[in-house]
Amino acid sequence: MMASSYNAKDEDAVGSGGPGAVKSKKPDNTAFKQQRLPAWQPILTAGTVLPAFFMIGLIFIPIGIGLLVTSNNIKEFEIDYTGVDMFSPCFNCSQNYSWNSTSACTCSVPFTLDQPFESNVFMYYGLSNFYQNHRRYVKSRDDSQLNGDKSSLLNPSKECEPYRTSDKKSIAPCGAIANSLFNDTLELFYIHPNGSRITIHLVKTGIAWWTDKHVKFRNPGGNNNLSIVFQETSKPVNWHKAVYELDPSDPENNGFINEDFIVWMRTAALPTFRKLYRIIQKKKDNMTPTLPPGNYSLEVTYNYPVRSFDGRKRMILSTISWMGGKNPFLGIAYITVGSVCFFLGVVLLIIHHKYGNRNNNADIPN
Amino acid sequence: MTNQRLKHRSFVFQCTHSLNEFCSLANSLIINYKCGGDEKRVDSRTIYVGHRPCPDTEAFIPSKFCDNRIVSSKYTVWNFLPKNLFEQFRRIANFYFLIIFLVQVIVDTPTSPVTSGLPLFFVITVTAIKQGYEDWLRHKADKEVNKYPVTVLEDGRSVKKESEKIKVGDVVEVVEDETFPCDLILLQSSREDGTCFVTTASLDGESNHKTHYTVPDTEKDLQALTATIECEQPQPDLYKFVGRMHIYKQEQEPAVRSLGPENLLLKGATLKNTKKIYGVAVYTGMETKMALNYQGKSQKRSAVEKSINAFLLVYLCILISKAVVCTTLKYVWQSKEGQDEPWYNQKTQKEKDSNMYLKMFTDFLSFMVLFNFIIPVSMYVTVEMQKFLGSFFITWDKDFFDPEIQEGALVNTSDLNEELGQVEYVFTDKTGTLTQNNMEFIECCIDGFQYRYRDTQSELDGFTVTDGPVNKLQQKEKEELFLRALCLCHTVQVKEAGSEVLADQVDGIDGLLLQPEEERGFIASSPDEIALVKGAMKYGFTFLGLESKRETLLFCKGADSSIFPRVRPEEVDRIRMHVERNATEGYRTLCVAYKQLSAEEYAMADTGLREARLALQDREEKLMAMYNQVEMGMSLIGATAVEDRLQEEAAETMEALQGAGMKVWVLTGDKMETAKSTCYACRLFQRGTELLELTVRTLEDERLKSWSTANQDYGFIIDGATLSLVMNPPRDADASQYKSLFLQICQNCTAVLCCRMAPLQKAQIVKMVKNSKGSPITLSIGDGANDVSMILEAHVGIGIKGKEGRQAVRNSDYAVPKLKHLKKLLLAHGHLYYVRIAHLVQYFFYKNLCFILPQFLYQFFCGYSQQPLYDAAYLTMYNICFTSMPILAYSLLEQHTSIEILLDNAALYRYQSALEIANNAMLRWHPFLYWTVLGIFQGLMFFFGVRFLFSNPALQDNGQVFGNWSYGTIVFTVLVFTVTLKLALDTRHWTWINHFVIWGSLAFYVFFSFFWGGIIWPFLKQQRLYFVFANMLSSVSAWLVIIILILLSLLPEILLVVLRKPRGPHSRQVYFSLPFPLLSLNSSFLPYPSYFLIFSLIYILFCSSFILHHVLTRCDVTQSQPITRYLKLYSYVKQWLVSLLVAGLH
Repeated sequence: MMASSYNAKDEDAVGSGGPGAVKSKKPDNTAFKQQRLPAWQPILTAGTVLPAFFMIGLIFIPIGIGLLVTSNNIKEFEIDYTGVDMFSPCFNCSQNYSWNSTSACTCSVPFTLDQPFESNVFMYYGLSNFYQNHRRYVKSRDDSQLNGDKSSLLNPSKECEPYRTSDKKSIAPCGAIANSLFNDTLELFYIHPNGSRITIHLVKTGIAWWTDKHVKFRNPGGNNNLSIVFQETSKPVNWHKAVYELDPSDPENNGFINEDFIVWMRTAALPTFRKLYRIIQKKKDNMTPTLPPGNYSLEVTYNYPVRSFDGRKRMILSTISWMGGKNPFLGIAYITVGSVCFFLGVVLLIIHHKYGNRNNNADIPN
Repeated sequence: MTNQRLKHRSFVFQCTHSLNEFCSLANSLIINYKCGGDEKRVDSRTIYVGHRPCPDTEAFIPSKFCDNRIVSSKYTVWNFLPKNLFEQFRRIANFYFLIIFLVQVIVDTPTSPVTSGLPLFFVITVTAIKQGYEDWLRHKADKEVNKYPVTVLEDGRSVKKESEKIKVGDVVEVVEDETFPCDLILLQSSREDGTCFVTTASLDGESNHKTHYTVPDTEKDLQALTATIECEQPQPDLYKFVGRMHIYKQEQEPAVRSLGPENLLLKGATLKNTKKIYGVAVYTGMETKMALNYQGKSQKRSAVEKSINAFLLVYLCILISKAVVCTTLKYVWQSKEGQDEPWYNQKTQKEKDSNMYLKMFTDFLSFMVLFNFIIPVSMYVTVEMQKFLGSFFITWDKDFFDPEIQEGALVNTSDLNEELGQVEYVFTDKTGTLTQNNMEFIECCIDGFQYRYRDTQSELDGFTVTDGPVNKLQQKEKEELFLRALCLCHTVQVKEAGSEVLADQVDGIDGLLLQPEEERGFIASSPDEIALVKGAMKYGFTFLGLESKRETLLFCKGADSSIFPRVRPEEVDRIRMHVERNATEGYRTLCVAYKQLSAEEYAMADTGLREARLALQDREEKLMAMYNQVEMGMSLIGATAVEDRLQEEAAETMEALQGAGMKVWVLTGDKMETAKSTCYACRLFQRGTELLELTVRTLEDERLKSWSTANQDYGFIIDGATLSLVMNPPRDADASQYKSLFLQICQNCTAVLCCRMAPLQKAQIVKMVKNSKGSPITLSIGDGANDVSMILEAHVGIGIKGKEGRQAVRNSDYAVPKLKHLKKLLLAHGHLYYVRIAHLVQYFFYKNLCFILPQFLYQFFCGYSQQPLYDAAYLTMYNICFTSMPILAYSLLEQHTSIEILLDNAALYRYQSALEIANNAMLRWHPFLYWTVLGIFQGLMFFFGVRFLFSNPALQDNGQVFGNWSYGTIVFTVLVFTVTLKLALDTRHWTWINHFVIWGSLAFYVFFSFFWGGIIWPFLKQQRLYFVFANMLSSVSAWLVIIILILLSLLPEILLVVLRKPRGPHSRQVYFSLPFPLLSLNSSFLPYPSYFLIFSLIYILFCSSFILHHVLTRCDVTQSQPITRYLKLYSYVKQWLVSLLVAGLH
């Protein structure tokens, strides 16, 4: 810098050791400043890595086998009731569908379970080619409205467009997600060998995350008198009934805290997904399986159209283990990685023994 | 050596002024003139002294010259904001972030503008404040100079004025110890003899006092002086000035006086030992020589920065292609019936109305914004921080502390830390850098006999004849002549309490007096001369009462090469033997010759010189010719030897540098023999080195060509004259051919010595090497003002806090007290910084690639809707909080090899076992490709691992399902852990800080995720992550998938670490290298083939496990679509990998 050179005269006292007090600028001799902090210097060597490989192999393979066995022990039954096929029972319902129809179309899908389902059985509905993770869809909700905020109830967020208002009234719950709530009703009957139909009791609570049900979703002004609270609002366009009529029988499962609704509001990660619908609790006596093998009938109130976007609807019955639903992926992955590690360990060991010593004193950088 | 040329010149001028004896050191002046490359200026300026019109000229035309204001500041208050912003946004990175920010503001994008606006605003503001402050300092300094009060003579009165008001032609008064406010022609001095003394330390670093002279015959009464000055237009050469002064006296012919640099007082110089002077301003303000010499320190950019920019471009391409791919696929996907707008997901009216092409464009921009995190602002911030903080370790290093000057190292530019680890060429000054610049008179040789000083003053007043017989009588006379020459032929001034200066008053052959006062201090333009005078003093020689012989003697002192041609050849041989022996011992030798001049000869020479000095053009050439004419046929008396001791550990340092593969070039103004011996002493030349000497005589094509095939064990010597021939060959010769030949030779030699160099030539050489093929990194080290040009020219300039002023230190990038510190600076600090920053840069690109890749892949599963995979908080915090501190700590503290080992094994500077370091190897395309492949591999792993897990989203043991935010959170958790653990694997030096920061940021991530998901945030529109993280941790499957994905992602890295050769010779334990002959042949093998081999192995295994999985499980209709996509991608990647593998093997 030019300017700095003007100040040069101050510094020019060459050798004469100017009048300025000699301030020692000697740097501190601390370990940090001298880059001599005590340090651990790990070096991955064959000696440390080889055992690690064997260890990983030995740990992962059993875990993998365990996972695979667990997964295989899970009973899962899946049935597609979309009704694409001419001969499928729901074909008619899927064909002549309109949102405005007042009479519900019902169909009954028979199926057979070959194996008994022990313990609690979980009933899922599955949708395919349904983009719940589309950006426009994901953001189309108002969480503060769902949290019971009264101002948001009457004036929902703009993100809900075009499902924000109808008939000059705000929609509760607003947004595309709520609007497209899955509204098929699924009922399960066991066909007793003697021909009688036994209704299987389906539990509709405990299907949503506890925190969602109790904290994230709240009815405005408590769970009672919902119809008054929601008076000023309009129901979502595609809904047949208002939000406070979702489960009139149980005030703890009505309005925004209806669990079917909460489950639907948790947008799925992939376009093919399943959502928990009902739980079939195991029998008290513990002697008979929850679902014994035999013939069953799935009674569907067919409300939800999926044909327009080439979607599919499924009903899934599944038991659950400590690792969740049936998925052999983890078991296979663990077995594969474990064996690869083990295999690599063996290969490296061979290499090590054959070549390791010879190369020890080679290559010192010249 | 200080500026040789200057010394000679000022010396010449003094001698000629006294006009009784010529003492010329003009050994190679002509050569130096040749290389100056100065064009002749035809136009000159005319100045009216005191603005008084002259009777002679037709009209008094006061020509316009610039005022005396100095402006070094860049901004004013008004233009600061626009100009500074403009300059900041000229950097591509800033511009890029600005664009992203604007897009986010304008277009409906998946992320909020805050995510990119806030960091950008922060960076811009901090930079603007810093630059504003610096400019304010410059303003202040300018003001101080411009408002400095000066006294100007106006109409006989002294008027106080501000410095900036001085106009050309003003007569200015300057008192002792003041600096000259502009370039002045000295008119009057308070000293009797019309001289004044100045020091130019702030201009060129020379701290000696120089004598300047008033223009002869100017009147005592300045008020009555009517004169014009005709001089050349301003030019930057400090040592050149040509002018003519016309003095008009009543009714007389105007007298013409020549003006030279000895009459010119430069702005910035300081008046010394003189009470006051008057001078007329000739150049003012920005036209002063100082202002013209101001070289804006150009911003030096390191090679690393260039690599960053190149990588940036690649990533920009990746980014754009990702956006293009997504946009295209989006519209392909949407073209299918019912996909774009299914009944459950209607568009708003506004969206429906918008133009399709506009929509496409905004979609493209949205994708850009979604993926823009691939090039993070934080990388720039982290790199800057690393450099800034890292440079503290250099200043803190106590090994750089010199107890003598009580100072340590100084860092002027922190931008170049890593460049210190990349140096290929070292250009070093000799005097003051390799040697101490502490001259000591060792011995002399008179008439062929050697004299060496001994304590016992046995013979000849302290002289001891160490060889040969002594012919007392004749010898005595010679000795007298010799010592007289030593005493006369110099520029030494005696500094005394009074301002009387003695030694230079050379007035006739008799009456010279040199009082041997022991306490006297000497000031001279060359330390050699002080040593000689001190030497003479030691012998107690005082020239008292010498009889006058009434004859004129011309003494001449200079290097042997310039003296020998001027003396009778028969005298040469006796002395030459001594001179050469002394030179090989590393002493600086000077020869002394004399000539008796008759009165006529003297008169002739005198007039000849006067004429020559009046010439406006080619003055120096004419002077030279005149000197040459006079200085013929001289007789040689003797020679002197002065020792310049080597710096501490100079030899060890040079050896280490050469061991580190650096080519050391010595660029010196000193003469060949001396420089050569210094090189031997520094072990730059070994005994076995074959020296190739190139002087003007040997410059012939054939020889050059035969040399260019030389092997490594050659040393090359070239002198300034030859060099200027090589650089600026005669018109007919092929210039580029010479240059490239010269370069070829130099690059094949281990050490190159360039002697007799002018400062400009030093810079020329550096520039030539810098721009040669492969553009090697150059480093210049020097201590004097004459090294400034090469310090500025080289990639890295290092100043030594030596004796020759502070100029070099001020212009350098780094300054150290001693040469020996260079070794640690390069071998330890530079090396470590390079490894650190290279890793930092690669790591940053890598971690952002595997950060964004899953987000890109997710677009394939969400209908190309720009849905972010991660929550906005994660997107913003990833680079700022979760992964920034470990890499910063790594890049400040990592020592992959300990400093001691680096210092002991210079070779590690270039190769670190299989890890090549030289030539910016860690930031070339190969490693970049490796990191990129690693990033892609891990990104694929993260995404598809979780994707397969989510083929059944019922992951909790109560049958409940996970949604898209859980998906993103699992991927993100794996990502943060993998990326941090990858760094942990690379860390070789775990201090407590590393532990703290690595485990701390992982813990922080977990803590933050709990916290972020634990509260319903009132300011958030969507509570996306509410209890997502906690729920994830309650799922065993999520744990298992996180663990296996982390392990799998790191597995190739672990394998590579094991297979890689031992790092450093200290750790020769149970390593093994790959047995493939291809890989273990020599140390220079490329490790990349093995990388790809293992990579593809792992990858194929992993992929096959996926395929196995899908073959085992039913592959239903709905799942087939992603699978085929995935398989397509996989085959594509495999193909790519195989081709890479093939390329790697070749």
